[in-house]
Amino acid sequence: MEKSTWTTKAGLAQMLKGGVIMDVVTPEQARIAEEAGACAVMALERVPSDIRRDGGVARMSDPDLIIGIKEAVTIPVMAKARIGHFVEAQILEAIGVDYIDESEVLTPADDRYHIEKQQFQVPFVCGARNLGEALRRIGEGAAMIRSKGEAGTGNIVEAVRHLREILGGIKRLQSLPREELMSEARDLGAPYELVLEVAETGKLPVVLFCAGGIATPADAALVMQLGAEGNFVGSGIFKSENPLERGKAIVEATTHFRDAKILAEVSRGLGEPMRGLELTEIPQEQLLATRGW
Amino acid sequence: MTVIGVLALQGAFIEHIKKLNQIGVDAREIRLPEQIAELDGLIIPGGESTTIGKLIDRFELRAPIVELAHSGRPLWGTCAGMILLAHAVDEDTRARSQPLLDLMDLTVRRNAFGSQLDSFETDLDFPAVAETPIHAVFIRAPIISAVGPDVEVLSRLENGQIVAARQRNLIVTSFHPELTSDDRLHRWFARTAKAATADLLPTTGGAKIAG
Repeated sequence: MEKSTWTTKAGLAQMLKGGVIMDVVTPEQARIAEEAGACAVMALERVPSDIRRDGGVARMSDPDLIIGIKEAVTIPVMAKARIGHFVEAQILEAIGVDYIDESEVLTPADDRYHIEKQQFQVPFVCGARNLGEALRRIGEGAAMIRSKGEAGTGNIVEAVRHLREILGGIKRLQSLPREELMSEARDLGAPYELVLEVAETGKLPVVLFCAGGIATPADAALVMQLGAEGNFVGSGIFKSENPLERGKAIVEATTHFRDAKILAEVSRGLGEPMRGLELTEIPQEQLLATRGW
Repeated sequence: MTVIGVLALQGAFIEHIKKLNQIGVDAREIRLPEQIAELDGLIIPGGESTTIGKLIDRFELRAPIVELAHSGRPLWGTCAGMILLAHAVDEDTRARSQPLLDLMDLTVRRNAFGSQLDSFETDLDFPAVAETPIHAVFIRAPIISAVGPDVEVLSRLENGQIVAARQRNLIVTSFHPELTSDDRLHRWFARTAKAATADLLPTTGGAKIAG
């Protein structure tokens, strides 16, 4: 018997596909997320829109909070560590979270390097804005990738941009003759072996979810039609007027993402979505997506 | 041609479809009730059992799945799918809201090995199907904690825990044959589906139907 193999790490992400992973800040919210049909929850102290509002340094959550949420639900529980903060990751592994998100939503602990993720037993998900970033994270051991978007804005435009960048980058690799792939790997800043693999298979070697800005069932279906394999929803659910109903609707839209009749049905009467932020209203230094190297 | 559906509400349905396509079976993603009637067999894949269970009820798939099971056509649940086919879930591992199809006389224990850190791979004897062991991937996997008299145990871990079983045309496995390169279980399921449909329509072609 072999534990924590690559197949089990990447395999858990396969099991999450077609589902919605919801940010929750209390055990009660975790129960609502499970009731709404979330396939996993992300346990944290503040959702991204509050982190954005409060400013200051955002760190890993108190283990008490994460353990409380683990005890409240039966679905997988993820938690966030700061970029490069391998000790936060060690602590999250020690309390038995199911997945660690090395996340730009928290304040980076290292402005040059990410966590070396291969040596951990617990699997990692990381954000990416483009193919090069995604392949660097996979090279470091990430078993799942999410497009970054701009967390806490309720504005889908950045998520769409990042998804198109990643998927467009894959199509480009497929179109290149083999002799060009080494230079392309250099330009992408990505491991050559992974570039070769993606050029051949036409997909990332791990599951690709979308994150950062999903606020409505239509947003969820939009990114699924673009090629995401599932969704992370942060502030979009618990910053809306009716989290349970909106959560259910986003789950249903993620399943039936190509069926416009069902999308119309589930979009009705959900109450106010979270208030969105226009990207130009955000000062450059407060953009979260640019964190990550 | 044999047509096998894979319930595509959430989870690893694409991996089952690829596997079936590789062995020459027509496999379809199933999301709506009206897609089930014409199938020769159905797989409920791994994923999150609470999510899939809720979506089965919200989109009215329960009745056609139960009908398929009662018609004698084969139904195979892997991991989350195994939980959904069960009659009951051990109290301390059950979600507050845990819809079950209640088609097989067995009780399951969810996340029986612990958190993701306890997910593992191992070789399993599966004598009904394979002469040599099957490589099995267990991810936050359930086990079968109790079986009724009509249930045949198909495989156990070395410590005796039951990880695969059959009751008439219904099959369950705790692990994920869709994640490995071994296709023996999928071939077996496809043969079972073909045989079951042949039993439902005793002669080939449509000639006999009028008589």
